[in-house]
Amino acid sequence: MRLQKISKTSFLIATTLLTLLITACYPDHNQSTFDPQGPVAESQLHLFWWIFWGGLVVFVLVEGALVYAMIKFRVRSESDIPAQTHGNTRLEIIWTAVPALLLLIIMVPTINGLFYMYEAPKTTKPEHTLEAIGHQWWFEFRYPDPTNSEKEIVTANEVYIPVGYPVAINLESVDVIHSFWVPKLAGKTDMVPSEGNFMWFQADEPGEYYGQCAEYCGTSHANMKFKVIAVPEPDFKSWLQVQSNPALESSDPLAQEGAGVFKSAGCTGCHATKTVVNKGSKGRVGPNLAHVASRRNLAAGMLRNSDENGSVNDALLQKNLRTWLQDPNEVKPGNLMSSGAQVYTDPDKKLTEEQISQLVHYLSSLK
Amino acid sequence: MSTFPISIPRPVHPTGIWGWFTTVDHKRIGILYGVTAFIMFLTGGVEAILMRVQLAGPELDIVSAAVFNQLFTMHGTTMIFLAVMPLSAAFFNFIIPLQIGARDVAFPRLNAFSYWTFLAGALMLKLSWIGGATDAGWFGYAPLTSVAQNPGTGIDFWIISLQILGIASLAASFNFIVTVINMRAPGMTMMRLPLFTWMSFITAILLVLAFPVITVALIELTFDRYFMFNFFNVANGGSVVLWQHLFWVFGHPEVYILILPAMGIVSEVLPVFSKKPLFGYKTVVLAGIIIAFMGWMVWSHHMFTVGLGAVANAVFTVTTMLIAVPTGIKVFNWLGTIWGGSIRFTTPMLFSIGFIAMFLMGGISGVMHAVSPSDAQQQDTYFIPAHLHYVLFGGAIMGILSGIFYWFPKYSGKMYSERQGKISFWLIMIGQNVTFFPMHFVGLDGMPRRIYTYADNMGWNFWNGVTTGGAFILVLGFLLVLDNIGRHWKNGEPAPSDPWDARTLEWSIPSPPPEYNFKEIPIVRSLDDWWATKQGGANKEVPASGGSEENGHDIHLPQPSYWPFVSAAGLLIAAYGVVFNDLLIPWGLAAIGLTIGFVGVYAWSLEPVNDPEEEDSTH
Repeated sequence: MRLQKISKTSFLIATTLLTLLITACYPDHNQSTFDPQGPVAESQLHLFWWIFWGGLVVFVLVEGALVYAMIKFRVRSESDIPAQTHGNTRLEIIWTAVPALLLLIIMVPTINGLFYMYEAPKTTKPEHTLEAIGHQWWFEFRYPDPTNSEKEIVTANEVYIPVGYPVAINLESVDVIHSFWVPKLAGKTDMVPSEGNFMWFQADEPGEYYGQCAEYCGTSHANMKFKVIAVPEPDFKSWLQVQSNPALESSDPLAQEGAGVFKSAGCTGCHATKTVVNKGSKGRVGPNLAHVASRRNLAAGMLRNSDENGSVNDALLQKNLRTWLQDPNEVKPGNLMSSGAQVYTDPDKKLTEEQISQLVHYLSSLK
Repeated sequence: MSTFPISIPRPVHPTGIWGWFTTVDHKRIGILYGVTAFIMFLTGGVEAILMRVQLAGPELDIVSAAVFNQLFTMHGTTMIFLAVMPLSAAFFNFIIPLQIGARDVAFPRLNAFSYWTFLAGALMLKLSWIGGATDAGWFGYAPLTSVAQNPGTGIDFWIISLQILGIASLAASFNFIVTVINMRAPGMTMMRLPLFTWMSFITAILLVLAFPVITVALIELTFDRYFMFNFFNVANGGSVVLWQHLFWVFGHPEVYILILPAMGIVSEVLPVFSKKPLFGYKTVVLAGIIIAFMGWMVWSHHMFTVGLGAVANAVFTVTTMLIAVPTGIKVFNWLGTIWGGSIRFTTPMLFSIGFIAMFLMGGISGVMHAVSPSDAQQQDTYFIPAHLHYVLFGGAIMGILSGIFYWFPKYSGKMYSERQGKISFWLIMIGQNVTFFPMHFVGLDGMPRRIYTYADNMGWNFWNGVTTGGAFILVLGFLLVLDNIGRHWKNGEPAPSDPWDARTLEWSIPSPPPEYNFKEIPIVRSLDDWWATKQGGANKEVPASGGSEENGHDIHLPQPSYWPFVSAAGLLIAAYGVVFNDLLIPWGLAAIGLTIGFVGVYAWSLEPVNDPEEEDSTH
């Protein structure tokens, strides 16, 4: 009876392990590390499999020996006294040396992989070097201005990269420690205030890759997401061109009134609507909104504006903007706008439904 | 003693509740530690269950983001400082003097002080839920702990309670180091020490070395918060990475502080229920020492993604992998112990075997983390809670459960229900795998840890649901354990002195042991002396229990004292005074508390001895 239970457990353990393997075949999950789309994530997954199979062998051998011993050496008679063996030096040397040797073998690809991920390929172009800055709880991105080396182009929460090129990223933070992580492209690197960090990755296929802050950074840590959008290099260049100019002014009267509200309600205190800034200048408190209506997501990945194919759906966008403006704290608990902006802290200055509609029209015109 | 200013006599063996407040008996203190820590373990469990309910499905709204962040911070802090460490301390207290043939620890009143101080720290931390507990994580990374980020009192409670718990741990550790070095029975050489005592001894040394590091870090943080210092304020040249180094220089040895006592327990239980000595005693001791030593060289593996550079990460990769070697040695030696034995599957034995099976998995995933490039994909994901729960739950807690059942006859004097014990083992064994194994999947599937909710489209729904289900199996298992202990402690069958046919000295005396433990201090002739005595048939009699002539009148025992309790109470008041330092008079409450504490220590040091005859006849 007891024995059956024991073999059942080992069977249970074996099946759960197999399930792990099966789970590994879920490449379509948004943040699966089993679906690398670039060389850095690939090299990391490759190492993982190495150590996984090695670990599996050790696991099966040791758990097997444990189960075998439990069956073979179970008590037969209470009065039985087995031989009082105190040890065996040769055996002990073997089971010290063999694991040490195995670990030494694993160290070689490990240290290789370490230096690989720490240094961007020499072919990395300077225009493919960008900055990512962590804020509570959103990401700011800056690109070198191709037309003026003293300037930078600012955007937020969505970062475009050229397919097939290594991209170097300098990481910073303005408040607490965040961590920059796009599982399908590369493992994470922390964004440490005043201690600039560095990482690189490359996307081999065009597509939208999910990213998320991985270091606990306060109340809405769970709501700090971003997207990496990999496009062919010409598209990347034209995207950057669009970004460097302000959005076209809308002819919609509601939107024009909204532009007024945007100023009078104090939004401009934290949000910029032009993108070109001096290199190294301090950014605004809130995300840059110059092209907010062209982004596939709102509120650092919390609300989806786009259809399946990635193009922005105006109805969705307006609905999301309204949801956000009505009660940002509901979407992202603890965010600085609901605790800092007068329109949310002072009941007398609360935005009216009309003002919200005007703002929604204005913001959704910022393509 | 004429200089004693406050002539309060020592309590004369009070009974009832006062007996517990003034006791200096290591066995009673052990029980206090155990019961308190188990209650704290349950509170940590409630915190865990609340988190699991919130994460049972995507975008649930059972607890708020703010509360969730407090829950995981308190869960971690509670389980480490208020549950696993003091549960180990409970065994140190009860078992070590018995295993080395001593009548008490070296400093009995200091021992009582350790317990009351621990209780003060525990209350301090748990009561911070009123008004908002800390939400900066158990690791308290700067600058989340700064006043700017976290103006509430939660962090202050956390800091001060950890400092108080540190005092408790340090006092206890010094006590046990001195006890093991000085109080061993004649013939009990270091290399005849039972393995549990050995591992506890190493743990105590680790604690003495590790706790000052966190103490310094916490003092720096206190100065930052209270007096606008800039240790961790980058705006004025401080460094947030400094905190991480200090925290993990403490934090990694702390991991071994949590696991070594459990390894010690397992190393006692396996030989007894296999009827064989521990395989390679010297190697296991040595491996423990090496683990403790190397534990200092691996702290930066908690910081692989902080950006210390390829060279630093390479060095810590190598050291972290190497620490797997002595850990592996232990596992193999445990296998060697049961190999060729005559295995009895009692409840403690099942938990010890479960320990090996589960700890091995935690060890393998630990080596996975050591591979720093692929760890960049695992760091701060659910893969880490999976790993750490296999080590701390599958390891430390399983080991402690094994000890709870193994020594139950000794500390309660009763027998537990074996049947119920086995059912609870299977529930806990299955429950933990259902709870913690799927965390590997969601972690590798990109789910970060410490998130209070997740979106529906990430593919994490199913396994999170499974994990939450597993947590409830664990609840069932622990309810059974609780019932088993509680009911049989009261009404169980009386236990014989040596129900397991065990090997070490604590089983040579009655269950429960008399206050003086050993009627005669034993003379130790070999490793596993009690087993050798039984096998050799030498006429070393089992001392009879509780006869009227053996009530211990002729044996000198440490006397009860009020002062450890008073000193600890003073500390608790002072601690509250530090957090609420603007109450009525600035720092007034802190001053009152410290005064009480000092009076306590002063009176303690000049405390008279009750019986003048005893004073004459002993030191």
